[in-house]
Amino acid sequence: MKMYEIVRTEELAPKIKLFEVFAPEIAKKAKPGQFIIVIIGEKGERVPLTIAGYDAGKGTITFVFNEVGKTTRQLGMMKPGECIWNITGPLGNPSEIKYFGKVLCVAGGVMIAPMLLQVKALREAGNTVVTVIGARIKELLFFKEEMKALSHRLYVATDDGSEGYRGLDFLKDVLASEKFDRCVAMGPVAMLQTVCELTRPYKIPTIVTLMPIMVDGMGMCGVCRVNVGGQMKFGCVDGPEFDGHIVDFEELIKRQRMFLPEERLSALLWELGGCSCGGK
Amino acid sequence: MAESESKPKIKKKAVPMPKQPPEVRKHNFNEVALGYTEEQALEEASRCLQCPKPQCVKGCPVEIDIPAFIKLLREGKYEEGIRKIKEKNSLPAICGRVCPQEEQCQMMCVLGKVGDPVSIGRLERFLADWERAKGFTIPEKAPPTGKRVAVIGAGPAGLTAAADLAKLGHEVVIFEALHLPGGVLVYGIPEFRLPKSIVQAEVDYIKKLGVELKLGYLIGRTYTIPELLKDEGFDAVFIGTGAGLPQFLGVPGENLGGIYSANEFLIRVNLMKSYAFPEYDTPIRIGRHVAVIGGGNVAMDAARSALRLGAEQVCIVYRRSREEMPARKEEIENAEEEGIICKFLAAPTRFIGDEKGWVKQMECIRMELGPPDESGRRRPVPVKGSEFLMDVDTVIIAIGRTPNPIIQRTTEGLAVTKWGTIVTDENGKTSLEGVYAGGDIVTGEATVISAMGAGKKAARAIHEYLMSKK
Ligand SMILES: Cc1cc2nc3c(=O)[nH]c(=O)nc-3n(C[C@H](O)[C@H](O)[C@H](O)COP(=O)(O)OP(=O)(O)OC[C@H]3O[C@@H](n4cnc5c(N)ncnc54)[C@H](O)[C@@H]3O)c2cc1C
Ligand SMILES: Cc1cc2nc3c(=O)[nH]c(=O)nc-3n(C[C@H](O)[C@H](O)[C@H](O)COP(=O)(O)OP(=O)(O)OC[C@H]3O[C@@H](n4cnc5c(N)ncnc54)[C@H](O)[C@@H]3O)c2cc1C
Ligand code: SF4
Ligand code: FES
Repeated sequence: MKMYEIVRTEELAPKIKLFEVFAPEIAKKAKPGQFIIVIIGEKGERVPLTIAGYDAGKGTITFVFNEVGKTTRQLGMMKPGECIWNITGPLGNPSEIKYFGKVLCVAGGVMIAPMLLQVKALREAGNTVVTVIGARIKELLFFKEEMKALSHRLYVATDDGSEGYRGLDFLKDVLASEKFDRCVAMGPVAMLQTVCELTRPYKIPTIVTLMPIMVDGMGMCGVCRVNVGGQMKFGCVDGPEFDGHIVDFEELIKRQRMFLPEERLSALLWELGGCSCGGK
Repeated sequence: MAESESKPKIKKKAVPMPKQPPEVRKHNFNEVALGYTEEQALEEASRCLQCPKPQCVKGCPVEIDIPAFIKLLREGKYEEGIRKIKEKNSLPAICGRVCPQEEQCQMMCVLGKVGDPVSIGRLERFLADWERAKGFTIPEKAPPTGKRVAVIGAGPAGLTAAADLAKLGHEVVIFEALHLPGGVLVYGIPEFRLPKSIVQAEVDYIKKLGVELKLGYLIGRTYTIPELLKDEGFDAVFIGTGAGLPQFLGVPGENLGGIYSANEFLIRVNLMKSYAFPEYDTPIRIGRHVAVIGGGNVAMDAARSALRLGAEQVCIVYRRSREEMPARKEEIENAEEEGIICKFLAAPTRFIGDEKGWVKQMECIRMELGPPDESGRRRPVPVKGSEFLMDVDTVIIAIGRTPNPIIQRTTEGLAVTKWGTIVTDENGKTSLEGVYAGGDIVTGEATVISAMGAGKKAARAIHEYLMSKK
């Protein structure tokens, strides 16, 4: 098999794809919580994606992505047998996995995939794991059965209430009635923010995975800087996981939108077929 | 000095470097300095006095035999001339362009006392370009030793160490974290000062020597140094990971949109080629009023790149005065010719943003020069109550870079200074057996030539270590 060859693809939900890729050196070293940087072609950008699985025996890693912009949509069109131009990893610090007691895991959208890896690891470390998975609408939920099998209890929520609870408000009652020793959250910033506000009154250590804009992913540019407890941290080398109760989410949201007009332009031109060479 | 036979007439003026005119070049990324023609090179070479006790050589960090190569050039023996340079410097096409010769060999040149010093760098570049145009000859390699060396980082230090070790018959693998080799030469120094095709030619040469290049390998993550030595079968390691961690000012508002570290800005523009967005996928946004904070080469490169990307006004804000500016004089002149403004004796105190979180103003305070500090330069002291506002929509912070920390964090037993640089002896040997280091990772931010020199020294030490080890 060739380096970075796509071994398997699966559409988990509309516009959410899972890729299994041959990358034996990364597979050997990857740990839950880490990410990779994918470049689809010589002219491509460096796109960070969280590792959602690894198999050192087979020499493969898996990741799941949302087809949101030009690069992820182009990636989504690639087929098994094709090779990704370059993958760097594993990057970032691994998650802290040990016995904490009872852990609340909350995952939203595409990040349900890497959360499965966390849940598995936390469970193996002897924790009682209560998991929440959420999405905008029920069609975007995936890994329900897998999550159920690994968690002691599973809650499902959607923004529109089309499946399970509507929103995360139900967690108020859950948190009022039982004690958790730790909370781990992965997903869109708005969701991370909500979870942190819910756990704050109970002083439950809440670890969030941040996804600031990145370029190199190895500490050389500083675009990924986030304000954590008044200190400047680099998302790629100091994170990607941080104490959610002291993260400046408002600033993070603004920084994530910095290049929105350019991203839209890039996607639009690509849709129009204006530059079919782009990214390859 | 010029005590030779018939006293040659001293030519005081150097042959000027042909350049793209400022009005033209500020709109393109092509190389600014076009290089001497053969005629110009011969004319300039004829100025050299062939001093019996050449001072220039003392100013050269790697002690190139300068009068000897100039003599060969003069005689039209270009092949021999470039060989002479390459005895000491493996990257002459690069050093001829970016070395601060005015502080090194040319500062020492005796002609400098009466007129312009010999343009040693331009002559070096002429020979190197001549050689590249003709095609490199691949030197003979020593028979295989069966030893394997891992080189971490493909900057000037790593590339040089790799080439020398390969010539000595060792099997060399370079692990580079980025997706392109060259280090600062590709991600930092812009195309208009150092065309990337020149770096690529050097890399191709090194590959032809049999060196394997692995891109996208962040050592400390994909493999740690102990793993390279124990599990991956390497007999020695050279660390040339450079100083790439950007420094920030630590003033309020620094995380607003539109504020880049110089590294982010230059990585986007040079490595990711965002000047060609959307053909290349990585975007860059450049406003109308750009402020660059800092006074070094990095600040000049960022400012001149911003201008070429279409900024209306680019202003360099430096907290000391012109005399203290660490950038190369030639580059300051180039920048000013292109219309870049320098504001001296001022430093930012905070950044003010609009409702969308984008920077719109910068508050600065005026500075005065006080008594000299440890570096010998006069220390800037803020003038109380002298704050003023500048309208800006892009700010580039170029106030220095510190060592890349990942190797230090993941290698147990590796001795590190309090500045995060790796401790070595004069040959590059670290506190760990079989592990050597050189370049910016050892010295902190320095120069291409010193990184190259460190790579050469370490290669020799690694060779001795490997051959003495049974
Ligand atoms: C450490 C890390 C891990 C990540 N893991 C995953 C993952 O496992 N799966 C996945 O699908 N995505 C993940 N992301 C986000 C992913 O990198 C971006 O969605 C990707 O860059 C989009 O590229 P694009 O060219 O397709 O879209 P772009 O054109 O870059 O952007 C399209 C849209 O996505 C938004 N966007 C861009 N970057 C981000 C970001 N960092 N966070 C939120 N929104 C963003 C833009 O604002 C825009 O609306 C991760 C990001 C980081 C930093
Ligand atoms: C914008 C700019 C302009 C400059 N202009 C000049 C000039 O005009 N003249 C001059 O002499 N000097 C100049 N310098 C300084 C000069 O470029 C450096 O001193 C020189 O490049 C140092 O070489 P190096 O090999 O030590 O490190 P670098 O060139 O920094 O290369 C280090 C390499 O190691 C890689 N790396 C880092 N960590 C890891 C890891 N863990 N695993 C794998 N790879 C890793 C990096 O990606 C990089 O490619 C300039 C610097 C900058 C930033
Ligand atoms: S370059 Fe200058 S110092 Fe060196 S030999 Fe020629 S004249 Fe003398
Ligand atoms: S992505 Fe460049 S420093 Fe983190």
